Amino acid sequence: MRTLKKEYLLHLMLIPGVIVTLIYAYGPMAGLVMAFQQFEPLSGFFKSKFVGFDNFRYVFQLPDFGQVLWNTVIISIFKMVLFLVVPLILALLLNEVTKQWFSRIVQSAIFLPFFLSWTVLGGIIIELFSLNGAVNGLISSIGFKPIMFMLDNQWFRGIIIGSDVWKGMGYNMIVMLAVIIGINSTLYEAAEIDGAGRWKQMIHITLPSMAPILILLAVLSLGSILNAGFEQILIMYNPTVYEGADVIDTFVYRLGMFSQQFGPAAAVGLFKSVISLILVSSTYYAAYKYNGYRIF
Amino acid sequence: MRHKQSISRKLFIVFNTLLLALITVLSVIPFIHLLSISLSSNTAASAGEVRLWPVGFSFDSYVYLGEKVEFFRSLWVSVKRVVLGTIVNLFLVFITAYPLSKSNDRFKFRTPYVWFFAITMFFGGGLIPTYILVKNTGLIDSIWALILPGALNVWNMVLMLNFFRSIPKELDEAATIDGAGHWIILWKIYLPVSLPSIATIGLFTIVGHWNAWFDGILYLNSPDKYPLQTYLSTLIMSMNAQMSSISIEQIKAMENLSEKTLKTAQIFMGALPIMIVYPFLQKYFVKGIIVGSVKE
Repeated sequence: MRTLKKEYLLHLMLIPGVIVTLIYAYGPMAGLVMAFQQFEPLSGFFKSKFVGFDNFRYVFQLPDFGQVLWNTVIISIFKMVLFLVVPLILALLLNEVTKQWFSRIVQSAIFLPFFLSWTVLGGIIIELFSLNGAVNGLISSIGFKPIMFMLDNQWFRGIIIGSDVWKGMGYNMIVMLAVIIGINSTLYEAAEIDGAGRWKQMIHITLPSMAPILILLAVLSLGSILNAGFEQILIMYNPTVYEGADVIDTFVYRLGMFSQQFGPAAAVGLFKSVISLILVSSTYYAAYKYNGYRIF
Repeated sequence: MRHKQSISRKLFIVFNTLLLALITVLSVIPFIHLLSISLSSNTAASAGEVRLWPVGFSFDSYVYLGEKVEFFRSLWVSVKRVVLGTIVNLFLVFITAYPLSKSNDRFKFRTPYVWFFAITMFFGGGLIPTYILVKNTGLIDSIWALILPGALNVWNMVLMLNFFRSIPKELDEAATIDGAGHWIILWKIYLPVSLPSIATIGLFTIVGHWNAWFDGILYLNSPDKYPLQTYLSTLIMSMNAQMSSISIEQIKAMENLSEKTLKTAQIFMGALPIMIVYPFLQKYFVKGIIVGSVKE
């Protein structure tokens, strides 16, 4: 009797969370039915006409769609690789610093942009790389022609990748540093007695000890290969660079909110969600198998 | 052992220190540049003469900012959003994590509930169906549109849950024997001991709400209801749209026309609160990251 009463209270506590999740997480999932409808906002989900896979067929044959998909994948792959390599190098270099105060200052400076919004960072980037911004000022002062960074498809893609690495690299750096600090120090002492220098110690002790976390971070980032950075690109791009930087999310946003083609836009969204689901669940499964990583 | 350092080691230390110092300076320069522009005269700023030190030093942009109604209106919306949003988020995280932190034999239905929440981490309806749903629930143009859809952050809930699990069971048992129910245990025992965790999650949440801007663009129609970051994003996107015009001369003319110093002053003010709380943020975030990713 007593446990029943107790458990009933536990159910009660879950009610607010369940309601919010039911409405705002499961509601939109049910709303994905619009991907198969000729959706009219006024008719709603129940009265809009079902059109089968017409929306998918329509979107997939749009001339831009292949480019958008390619942009998404290529931008994410660059980001994924750099998000492993750059923080790894930084963490290894920081590990060689013996003065704590210096290490702390460097870490603080690198980690700061992680906490700022894309409005602030995007504003700074646009300011720096605009035609008469500071970067072009430097370029012309050493005698070169200014570059239209924000209007050139190749340059702009580089800026998207580079600025995201700038914002996000501090996170993985901190994670990796924590792992390095956790490595058993007797390993280093033994290596030193054996005459191994710092370089050899890094190759034979530090890097192998970091392998699990590196593999884990790589595997987990695979799941978000279709997230190339929506807010970032939205705030920085312009029609001139759609060709090189329009990604699935920005494409969906314009298709749905500006062209009011809700059905096709939801179809692209569903396409992305399904692929992401497959990737995320298989990579989490792999991470669990390999490393015993669990979220719950 | 380490006293005799080889020349190559000494060289490496010098090189490493210089490199890291350079990275640190490069990370901080964009913010100094932004501040310098905002403190320069408008002509110098528009001509792109400002580098790391204000040219034609003036507080004009900040004086003008003090009279700018839009800025203060959106700042007030942001304050409301952060306070309301953080209270709602923390309450839901706290009250939902508690039942789910119980073992299966103390809460029989735990597993189905866990799945119910976990699924939302792997699959979502996407942008368009979520927008339609928020619209159908009548939240368009209301501050609640910025709070309710993300009211329960499952990641934070998992963080809280993992902390609850680390609380010694004896504490619970002793309280139960004394006749305390779940409700009393939650507020009288769990709340006081989990204050550090609540502070951590609270900081995540405050920064998240302060930085969020895209939901404002999506769900709010009237600019006078925009939070600060959404208002800033409209400034930046208009700055960007100007750049995509055709000729270089046109771009230059446009850049001259824009109130560059005022814009940068506003962007800087959007970053300032985060920079002020940054020392705390960094400390708590490092703890949070390490708890969240290197656990088990």
